[in-house]
Amino acid sequence: MAQYPRYFTLWQKLGLTGVKLTAWLVLLFLILPILVIIPLSFNAEPYFTFTEGMLALNPEAYSLKWYREILADDKWLLAIQNSFYIGFMATIIATVLGTTAAIGLSNSQMPFQRMIMALLLSPMIVPLIITAAGMFFFYTQLDIAGSYIGVILAHAALGTPFVVITVNAALAGFDYSLIRASLGMGAKPVYTFFKVIMPLIRPGVISGALFAFVTSFDEVIVVLFLAGPEQRTIPRQMFSGLREEINPTILAVATLLVLISALLLLTMEYLRARGEKIRAGTN
Amino acid sequence: MKKKLTSLAAAVAFGLAANTAMADEMTAVSFGGAYGAAQQKHMIDPYMEKTGHNILFENYSGGVAELKAQVESGNVLWDVIDMEVIDLERACSEGLLEVFPHDVLPPGDDGTPAAEDFSEEALANECGVGNIVWTVLYAYNHDTIEGGEPSTMADLFDTATFPGKRALRKRPQVNMEWALLADGVPKDEVYDLLATEEGQARAFAKLDTIKDDIVWFDSWSQAPQLLNDGGAVMVQSANGRFFAAIQEENKPFEMVWDGHVFDLDVWAIVKGTDKKDLAIDFIKFATGSKPLSGMPEVAYGPTRQSSYAYIDENVIPKLPSAHLDEGLKASSIFWADYGESLGEKFNEWLLK
Amino acid sequence: MSNPELTPDEVKQADRNRRRKKLMAIAFVAPLLLFIFVTFVAPIGTMLYRSFYHPTVSELIPETLDQLDQWEEGSSDLPPDQALNTFAVELQALAKERLSGKLAEEINRALPGASSLIKSTARKMRRAETETLRTEGAQLLLDAHPKWKQLDVWRAMKSSGAVLKDDFYLTALDLERTPEGEVVQRDTQIYLQLYWKSLKIAFYITALTALIGFPLAWYLANAPSRVANTLMIFVLLPFWTSLLVRTTAWIALLQTNGVINSTLMSLFIINEPLEMLYTQFATVIAMTHILLPFMILPLYSVMKGIDPSYFRAALSLGAKPIPAFIRIYMPMTVPGLSAGALLVFIISIGYYITPALVGGTEGQMISNIIAFHMQSSNNWELAAALGSLLLLLITVLYWLYDRLVGISNLKLG
Repeated sequence: MAQYPRYFTLWQKLGLTGVKLTAWLVLLFLILPILVIIPLSFNAEPYFTFTEGMLALNPEAYSLKWYREILADDKWLLAIQNSFYIGFMATIIATVLGTTAAIGLSNSQMPFQRMIMALLLSPMIVPLIITAAGMFFFYTQLDIAGSYIGVILAHAALGTPFVVITVNAALAGFDYSLIRASLGMGAKPVYTFFKVIMPLIRPGVISGALFAFVTSFDEVIVVLFLAGPEQRTIPRQMFSGLREEINPTILAVATLLVLISALLLLTMEYLRARGEKIRAGTN
Repeated sequence: MKKKLTSLAAAVAFGLAANTAMADEMTAVSFGGAYGAAQQKHMIDPYMEKTGHNILFENYSGGVAELKAQVESGNVLWDVIDMEVIDLERACSEGLLEVFPHDVLPPGDDGTPAAEDFSEEALANECGVGNIVWTVLYAYNHDTIEGGEPSTMADLFDTATFPGKRALRKRPQVNMEWALLADGVPKDEVYDLLATEEGQARAFAKLDTIKDDIVWFDSWSQAPQLLNDGGAVMVQSANGRFFAAIQEENKPFEMVWDGHVFDLDVWAIVKGTDKKDLAIDFIKFATGSKPLSGMPEVAYGPTRQSSYAYIDENVIPKLPSAHLDEGLKASSIFWADYGESLGEKFNEWLLK
Repeated sequence: MSNPELTPDEVKQADRNRRRKKLMAIAFVAPLLLFIFVTFVAPIGTMLYRSFYHPTVSELIPETLDQLDQWEEGSSDLPPDQALNTFAVELQALAKERLSGKLAEEINRALPGASSLIKSTARKMRRAETETLRTEGAQLLLDAHPKWKQLDVWRAMKSSGAVLKDDFYLTALDLERTPEGEVVQRDTQIYLQLYWKSLKIAFYITALTALIGFPLAWYLANAPSRVANTLMIFVLLPFWTSLLVRTTAWIALLQTNGVINSTLMSLFIINEPLEMLYTQFATVIAMTHILLPFMILPLYSVMKGIDPSYFRAALSLGAKPIPAFIRIYMPMTVPGLSAGALLVFIISIGYYITPALVGGTEGQMISNIIAFHMQSSNNWELAAALGSLLLLLITVLYWLYDRLVGISNLKLG
């Protein structure tokens, strides 16, 4: 990239440099807003802005007090606990159901494959406001609105499309003769599933599970409509904080969430690399 | 691996059981901010300490909509609610609240029976128990105001003398009254006039004159922030919000008492809650002489006489009760009847 | 199905095998299908149902509606006294049970202003003797408020009483029905404009993401893989970061005293802070940031697969670089571009959170008004009708996406 082909004129080289510059600016546009909240969360004053002291790197202008505030606030602690609990339960349901369904769907004998796929992926496409409104009507009739079960079921439904997609993709490179070989050699189907299919699609299953978890962990509209005060989650708490009382506690929470997403991202990249290796191995 | 999974499943199942079986927990909602903090300190925390019950204390930003959604869908999430009387009247007449048995209220600390100790308005509605007197007024920031110092309601609408944005709460309540007051209507005629088509048109016409200069917000708590960061030069809010900013953060804010619209806040019980007894018990405690006497910390006046024994004499003149002559009492009957239709007209006017 | 190389027995065996495989596949898919049906499809079905089924008024004043049945809506006379008496009695009963507010709200939707009429009358009726109302209710009503003499009120009452109706869809399309039954445009146009605005905002966001996503995707696709993989983190980190975190970041950047304003002011580029937060601009810019990865990722994977030798071949055959880029390279990126654009468009059209937090009044989209009718005005039927129309729009786009891109080709991360 560093060298331009010889036949490029000066203007073309300049144009190419311009494109590269734009690319870098866009990268900055993507990442800067996220980075900017990190120093702001250490603001000693209750504002969303850089104070003069902060710009002068005066240590007294920085403080950990917003982090301490999270730990001292029962509402935030409850929200954190709820987010993990609901996310965890929803992920288990979504992963089990999504993985089995993806295996079934990848079978060439499956009738109405395309239609069913479109239906199963629709929770990802339908605007959340519609989903949330419908769930509010239906779940109150079932008397599970305002309960953990209601929120968990709703989040599980929203998470399944991601599991179906990732497992489906993992199965794309899957060699079905392996199953036949395993069964043909007398292995039981359950044994075949765990010893033959599972190792090959595991990266897909795990990344699907991660997606499902993040979907629940990040979701606020359904929580807004379905959850009661006891089921408050982190995003719900942030949403009301941003609407009602803007203070840097939210920035501190946001910084922690950025850390979590960075961890998730690294896990995903690691899984992807492994998935590619496994698939390369089977071919 | 298997063992781990079973123990995990057990932990999860236990977690579920623990979450559903938690007894004696209820949810109270109020307005948050400094007011909420004072209620937490003087009502919620002492009650939890005294009885061992757990109260989830949530914020809401007023109105009856959320309450209505809960009661009508049968999905009741709140148990006790702190609301403005203009909302109380409507909520009570629409069956969204339980009737509160006023005769169970304990006498004041000085022995005065509750019926005499509370001010008349505090027990006027069968669904609630008065808590505090508060008011809505506007304030300006000495650092950002230009063109002098506003002192009347007309000044709020005078963008020629006092240029800059005005921040008002996005609802017809108070704004309609202010528009008529600024247009020269005497206080005692405001609500009669607002009940007519002409009066409403006149109020909207007055609001039209500053429409382009208005910043709308949804919750009182946003107001001090707007005044502080220069989002607006004159800002409407509850007096307690400004009081906290002036008192605790030394903000150069000045409150303008002319034409302030005062009202009561009441505790009430949500219709259909399964914690009604606990809710009554809490309200009995929260409206006691001592807990109420903590409210002036945020510049709201208690509704029972016996509380004043606990209040610093220097604070009493700073409460809204000292400025009643300059203000207008919000009409709860008017807003119960017209709140909805004016709300719609107001929204249409906003979109125009 | 005869195959010359297989014996009939073998054909039967193969058929049996196929049927067994089919049943297996169905058994694998069924649990999720059932789950999605109960937790997702049924709720949406309930919403569709609620958009035209509305029994509330007929449950509140059943007898009045029975009597109004005989009264012609087009007639120029008031309904008979008997009907008015019945209504007075029913209104009193409602007032005593604290349900008159519910009725007021319902009628008010058909006739704005009726709410205060019904509420204040109910307050008066509550004190009257029920027996008196049975015979003189009509007179008491007319004395309580002159508006009861207006035919509109009774027409509104009758039309609100219908259990199955398309009124909410009419309102959602800014239409209304005249007493004569004609469908005409309403005076105030709200919802169509809002749909149009949502489409416009979604279009701006799609165009912006394409415009700035294209050079970055191209750069990443053509950079050495080590560089590209590192830089990809910059694209993926925002993708994995909570939507609320990113919205929070934009509030910190855009507010009056925010990072952008104070930077510009300290550089003396502007003297007064720009008003950016709580505007349509804020909605567009924040959503562009949030949805940009959805454009870059499909573009990148398509560009990655384009063999650079095509482009080089065109150049060596004497084509100029820029026309060659436009005529040879760009068309090859169309699958990625259309996939990204449709995805961004579909997601942005139904967006709620970001406009709600940064959009102010002018940056609101259709989802926000649905939420408003769900949470603030409690007009759930209208919310359902608006939601159903939005769902129809999304379904069309989703179908288009499936045709053009193929839903199973959707890639994540």
